[in-house]
Formats: sequence, structure tokens, C-alpha cells
Amino acid sequence: MKEKNVSHQVMMRHYGISDRTFMLLFILPSLFILLFLIGYPFATLIRSSFYSFSVLRTATAPKFIGVKNYSFILKDAATWGRFLFTGKFVVINVAVQFLLGVGIAYLLQKNFRGRSVILTLILMPMMLCPVVVGLFWKYMLNTDWGIVNYVLQLVGLPKVEWLAKESISVYSVILVDSWMWTPFMILLALAAFTAIPKYLYEAAEIDRASSWFKFRHITLPLSAPVLIIALLFRLIDSLKMFDLVYTLTGGGPGSATQTLSFDLYKRAFQYFYTGEASAYGIILLMVIISLSLVFIRYLNRLAAQNSGR
Amino acid sequence: MSGVRVQNLKKYYENVKAVDGIDLEVRNGDLVVLLGPSGCGKTTTLRCIAGLEAPTKGSIFFNEKNVTRLTPSDRNVGMVFQFYALYPHLRVRDNITFPLRAQQVPRTQIEEKLKQVVSIFQLGNLLKRKARDLPPGDQQRVALARAIVRDPSVLLLDEPLSALDEKFREEMRSELGSLQKRIGITTIYVTHDQREAMALGDIIVVMKDGVIIQRGSPEELYEHPQSVFVGHFLGTPGMNFVNVIYRNGAFYIDGTNQNIQLKNEGLMKRLRPYEEKPLIIGIRPEYIEVDIKSETNGYLTITVLTIEPAGRFRLVDFILGEKIFRARVNWDLSIHEGQEINIRFREDKICIFDRQTEEALIS
Repeated sequence: MKEKNVSHQVMMRHYGISDRTFMLLFILPSLFILLFLIGYPFATLIRSSFYSFSVLRTATAPKFIGVKNYSFILKDAATWGRFLFTGKFVVINVAVQFLLGVGIAYLLQKNFRGRSVILTLILMPMMLCPVVVGLFWKYMLNTDWGIVNYVLQLVGLPKVEWLAKESISVYSVILVDSWMWTPFMILLALAAFTAIPKYLYEAAEIDRASSWFKFRHITLPLSAPVLIIALLFRLIDSLKMFDLVYTLTGGGPGSATQTLSFDLYKRAFQYFYTGEASAYGIILLMVIISLSLVFIRYLNRLAAQNSGR
Repeated sequence: MSGVRVQNLKKYYENVKAVDGIDLEVRNGDLVVLLGPSGCGKTTTLRCIAGLEAPTKGSIFFNEKNVTRLTPSDRNVGMVFQFYALYPHLRVRDNITFPLRAQQVPRTQIEEKLKQVVSIFQLGNLLKRKARDLPPGDQQRVALARAIVRDPSVLLLDEPLSALDEKFREEMRSELGSLQKRIGITTIYVTHDQREAMALGDIIVVMKDGVIIQRGSPEELYEHPQSVFVGHFLGTPGMNFVNVIYRNGAFYIDGTNQNIQLKNEGLMKRLRPYEEKPLIIGIRPEYIEVDIKSETNGYLTITVLTIEPAGRFRLVDFILGEKIFRARVNWDLSIHEGQEINIRFREDKICIFDRQTEEALIS
């Protein structure tokens, strides 16, 4: 405390301003940029969600309609259809990536020849631009001349309508998203696994634990905090899924792969129901925030447990 | 429970010979201490016995059954690691029952076993605590409890007391010793602390640079070290050494005009082959007799350098033949620094080493 006061006084003497002012001066520029780029648009969003309004029809003055945008969206069966679909998509997508990621990370723990090469290759997809990924998978999955069906035919299997058939297209999107983002799970799981001290496994080995018992009682609990963060990231990202759907299927066939975000995009920028889309966006935001809160609370509980309180 | 036999064990890492040909026999129920400075291969030997390291060469037998190729879990050993390696996220109770749960032992049996070790180690009030929250002393007891809860055939201890502070270490040392005797489990104990080794071991095996230097009971090693190294390493403080030439019933101390005239006929007879040979003689501090009278026949006269209190005794430093010697004298002997005193070595306790090989000729 005393030391701090001394440095404080030194600061005053040198610059004539206090630590606090100094800190504020550093923060202010970025604060302004944030306010300008996030605060203002967000305020506008909230405001327009209470209006009947389209940016295309500037001649018609925005009309205040209270919560009617919200009630319309929440009463609309189509919206709930999108929610259900997105929920299903998110659950399967995240589960696939989590299981694959943890599994592959488990296998990659041991040092073997070529491990670093494999690791580098595995991490490549994550570094690509989602639009690029969407586009080239769209070509690869093309029913008539895509390479995937070509290979299937070579081994004597029938063609699959990856993107053109309603029941399959969802799984194609999951396939591509998992191809791109499983590496992220692998990376984090691997980091979490490597942080577990080796002597614990030696102790478990001495204690006659099987591989599964070790994984279940040492690896999983000790890497849980990191795995949960990775899961949270993938969950939020999947909930927002837009780019791959946009490039791969365009939400089709029909509306088979329209996620909430894609639905929002259509309402906002194809039909230009600006007011309605604003309300939709806010509802989506609420969902994501509340889901995140659940996870963060769980994470906090875990952290508290780990520090023994 | 079983005896352990290690036969010509070698463990080479890329360019280090960590263990270089060790033969070891531990009788059923004995406590054998592997003692040596750090890097001598004692921990590697233990890890090979545990099955955590695959030996480069050699075999390991438990009760004459070759276990060299078995995994640790198939060997059924209990082990306490240097820093205990408790499962930090588990409660004490789950740490102790871990080996039982891993083997799907029935619940009632687990509870029974738990009760037993809890009463042995007095862990009753700790069961619900997380392992990571325990102080080192408690961690040590939990680690021991975990190691013996499933009745292993052999107990392996890797410097189990080194993380404790001195006072507590001595308490735990005697507790550990009596516990081992009580349950009668074959135990191999690794340490670099010779006092621990002397206090606990039925047999002490002294290692250096991956090989065994000497083995025997604590008394044997203390009284009859087979090398300068062992004499120096054991004892607090260790043995004193000085370079001498033996000539005609007397040791002539190098670099001085002093000599030690022997009276013991037997010793002189045994020394006959070493006439005029360069030797090292060693004597333990407590076998140096001090006389403060001005003129005493057959004694060497030396000057006291420093005096250091050591409990009931005092340690007197002096120089003899360019080496610092320490003698242990009674607490109430009235001497002071700078004083000239007379000393004499107890002839039956003198150890004689070859100066070239530093190995014992007579000890």
C-alpha cells in the first residue's frame, strides 16, 4: 500500500496527472471506437425492434408497435420450426465434434513418428476461410460431378444427393462444419490432456487402473474446465451457423437447412423486414447469452471445486 | 507378499547408463534401503522394479516368478512417489479407494478396507478433504494408505519423506519403520538421506553411478565401509581420512613429521603386506580419543581449529596431514579454539584403504 502511494506521488510529480487519469487516457480511444461500432448500432437495433419498419421503404415513416414484432415472431410456427431445427443441428454438430475431438486428441497424446506432421495437417481446415470451405465442399459434394460421389461410385456405392435431398443436407452441413472445427476441439483437448502430470498416470498404473478407468477418473475430470470452454465456443458458434449454410446449400433444399441465423438473414436482407428482423436478432442474442451463462456458471462451480472450496 | 530378486539389471538411456548391472535380493518381509547420492540410479532401479521403466537388460523376480515383462498393474506393487502423486481432484477417501475401485472390488469390501487403513494412519477426519488441499504430511499418509490398501506383494517407496520438514520427517520415519514391521510387507525404500537409511533399513544397499558399492546391515556399513565413498557418505559427520605410508608398525602421515605408532599386534601383522605402500586411513569422529594433558605418550598433538556444539557432544575440527578432521568429544570437556590437545585413534576402529582404488584393505 505504502509503495503504491509512493509510486503514485512520483507519477504526480512527473506528469501532473494521477494513475487513474492516466489509465483512463489509455482506455478512452478504444472505448469510443467500441461505443461507435457496437453501442450505437445495438441501441438502434433495440429501438427498431419496437417499430414496424423497413429500410427499403424510407417513404413510410417507422411506426411504433410496441412488442408486436416479438409476439409475432414467437407465435409464428415457422420460427419454432427454425428453433427446433437449429437445436437439433447444434446438438448433433457439437456432439460429433466433441466426441471426435476428444477421441482423436486421446490418440494423439502419445508420441509417435510423424505425430507433428499429422497434427499440422489436422489443424489446417481450421485456418481456412469458411466461405472457401463452403464453396469447395459444395463442389466436392455435388451429386453429379462431385469427387465424393465419384469415389463412392469407384468402390461400387450408389450416388448420394448430399446437398439436394432434404433428409441428407443437414448432415452434409454437419459433416463440413465438423471437418472444419473438430481440429479446434482436438487442439484444446490435447492442450488439456498434456497439462495433466504424467506421474498421475503412473500412480494409476500402479493402482491397477484400466485405460478406461484412467480416462474416466483422471483425464476427463482434470481436463473438464478446458473441454467445457471448448464446448461453449463450439455451441455458440453452431448456434450462429450461417456461413457454411449460405455457401453450401443456401438454406435449401426448400428450407431444410435454414438455421436461425440464416432465417434472420433472409428476414433482414431478402425481405427487408427491418423491425421484425431486429426483434429476431435480439431474441437470438438472449438465447445465446442465457446458454452461455449456464456454462459459465458450471465452469465457475468447477473452478471453485478445484480450488477446494 | 513376496521376496524380490533383481538380476543383472541394466537401464541405459540414450547416452546415460542410469543402472549398470545390479544384483539385489530382498527377503520376504525385509525393508531394504537403496541409498546413494542423486543420479546414482536408485530411483531408476525402483521404477524398473515397479514396472514403470522397461529394463535394457536383466530380470526381476517376485517370489521367483519372472515379472520383467509384466506391466505395473500385473505385478501388484504398492508405491509411494517422491511427491506422492495423489489424485488432486479427488477426496482423500476416493484417493485411498482408487486402487480398489479400479479393480471393481465390491462396495462392502471397499468400505471395510478403507476403515482398516484409516485407523492405521488416523485419517478419519480427512476423508472428505480434497487431496490437493492437504499439507505434505497428510498427503504422505494418504499416499501410504493408498499404497497398502489393496495388500500389494511389494511396497516401493521413493524418497517418501523428502518433502517433509525435518522435525516431522523424524516422526514419520519411526512411524513408517514400525508400520512396516507390523504389517511385515516386503519393502524397498529409496533415499539419499543416510540417517533415514540407517534408521530404517534391515539391509542398506549403497549405490553410486548405477552400480552397487556395498550392501549390508547398517552396523556393517558403518563399522566396516568397503570404500572411502561409503565411509564418507554414512555417518554425521562422515568418516575422517588421511593419507599415510605404513612403515615398521607406524603410520607416517603425509606432509607432516607426525606418525601414529601402533600397539595392536594383530593389526600390525595384517598390515605387513602393505609396508611402504601409500594408504589412506579412516577413523570415525567418535573413535578419536582426546586428552588435554600436556604430555601423553603415543598421542598426536594437534591444534583445535573450531568447536561446534552437537547436542550432548561437541565436534572439534583440527587439521591433520592437510585434511580437516572432526572428532566427537564430550560436551563438558574444557577446551577452546587454538588450544593444543593430544589425540589418539582407537586402533580396532581404524579402516585402511588402498590409496589408488580407495577400496578397503582392512576394515
